[in-house]
Amino acid sequence: MIPPAFDYARPTSLDEALRVLADGGEDAKVLAGGQSLLPLLRLRLAFPELVVDVGRVPGLRGVREDGDTLVIGAMTTHHEVVRDPLVRRHAGLLAAVTRTVADPAVRHRGTFGGSLAHADPAADLPAAVLAMDGELVVAGPGGRRTVPAREFFVNYLETVLEPDELLVEVRVPKADGWGFHYEKFHRVAQSYAIVGVAALVRRDNGRIAEARVGLVNMGATPLRATAAERALAGCDDTQAVARAAQSAAEGTQPPRDTSGSSEYRAHLAQVLTRRAVLTAAGMG
Amino acid sequence: MAHISVKVDGTAYEDEVEPRLLLVHYLRDRLGLTGTPVGCDTSSCGACTVELDGASVKSCSVLAVQADGGEVTTVQGLARDGEWTPLQRAFHEQHALQCGYCTPGMIMAARDLLRENPDPDADEVREALEGNMCRCTGYQNIVRAVLAAAAASEEVTA
Repeated sequence: MIPPAFDYARPTSLDEALRVLADGGEDAKVLAGGQSLLPLLRLRLAFPELVVDVGRVPGLRGVREDGDTLVIGAMTTHHEVVRDPLVRRHAGLLAAVTRTVADPAVRHRGTFGGSLAHADPAADLPAAVLAMDGELVVAGPGGRRTVPAREFFVNYLETVLEPDELLVEVRVPKADGWGFHYEKFHRVAQSYAIVGVAALVRRDNGRIAEARVGLVNMGATPLRATAAERALAGCDDTQAVARAAQSAAEGTQPPRDTSGSSEYRAHLAQVLTRRAVLTAAGMG
Repeated sequence: MAHISVKVDGTAYEDEVEPRLLLVHYLRDRLGLTGTPVGCDTSSCGACTVELDGASVKSCSVLAVQADGGEVTTVQGLARDGEWTPLQRAFHEQHALQCGYCTPGMIMAARDLLRENPDPDADEVREALEGNMCRCTGYQNIVRAVLAAAAASEEVTA
């Protein structure tokens, strides 16, 4: 399978990248690691006139601290995120989730920012960043803006990114002291999650003080299980958690496909939320 | 057309390529390095795995222009003076292939694992090869071969 023909630009600075994107308009597509875009091109599901390869734009790669926040460059590869000591120390959920993305060769090329900008609701990272209350920093012709993850994802494969904007970094509050766990349910090692649940739990005196639950593949965008989160606050034993997890699918519109019906996915969300929260809380 | 300069299996190449040209097609059709097969063409099977700048990649999911300035190693670049690497020998000795189609990718993925983890257990081998499919062997002998290669390399360095 051979991709359709396109023009190719490889800017070497952020300013140049933004200029090229502005000139390309709606017909330009950003190429980060290419692990989502190239399959789309090969299957001829996308026909950009211009592909803008940001792989050589400096300053978009790496992880740094900014006070209580971890800043992850959009071009940091999955492989780098999994092994990064700052991510492991302050955002263990992201390392745990990223470790499940595709396979080692794909993780060498695929990028943190690329996965978020691609915005596939079946992908692992969008729901994880949503659960961490992350913020996405977007550069455009008018400067930078910071978008909360809750507002970033608009629809299936659609974000608030304008054609002349580039996701440059992701800011996540350090989750020191929070327990975390990712439950990914899939039948084949490297396939997408049928449903995934990313949980963060803060405990206080043996009770769950606060829980954050991100849902993978339960709608057109990554979602938070807000009803379950509310019900989980105050839970102090496994039965209470199990009861709270029953509202995990509330307000969702899970897709149906050959992997399962919407009802099946709603059931999975409840089961996986219970498991993820119990493990994250150290109650499993 | 875009100009690329790339080193493949130790040889430097300069070429004009269409931006849409996939690395695997560049290797096979332009350079004649057909030791790297095209398998599924959907980044699932891993048959086309090569090394780009020291890390395994699926060459059907990389554009040739992305490899510009880089260094590629294919399965054909592993042997030295006709002498197989311990990993290649282990695949032969442990009967880790039947049709052989997945073998180049398996070897390149296993090489990636052994570089990072020279002494893996069977579970770690299976996890490292999760992006590579074999439809003949049931994986048993492939895992055995990687473990044997790891043991052989340890003997050499010990």
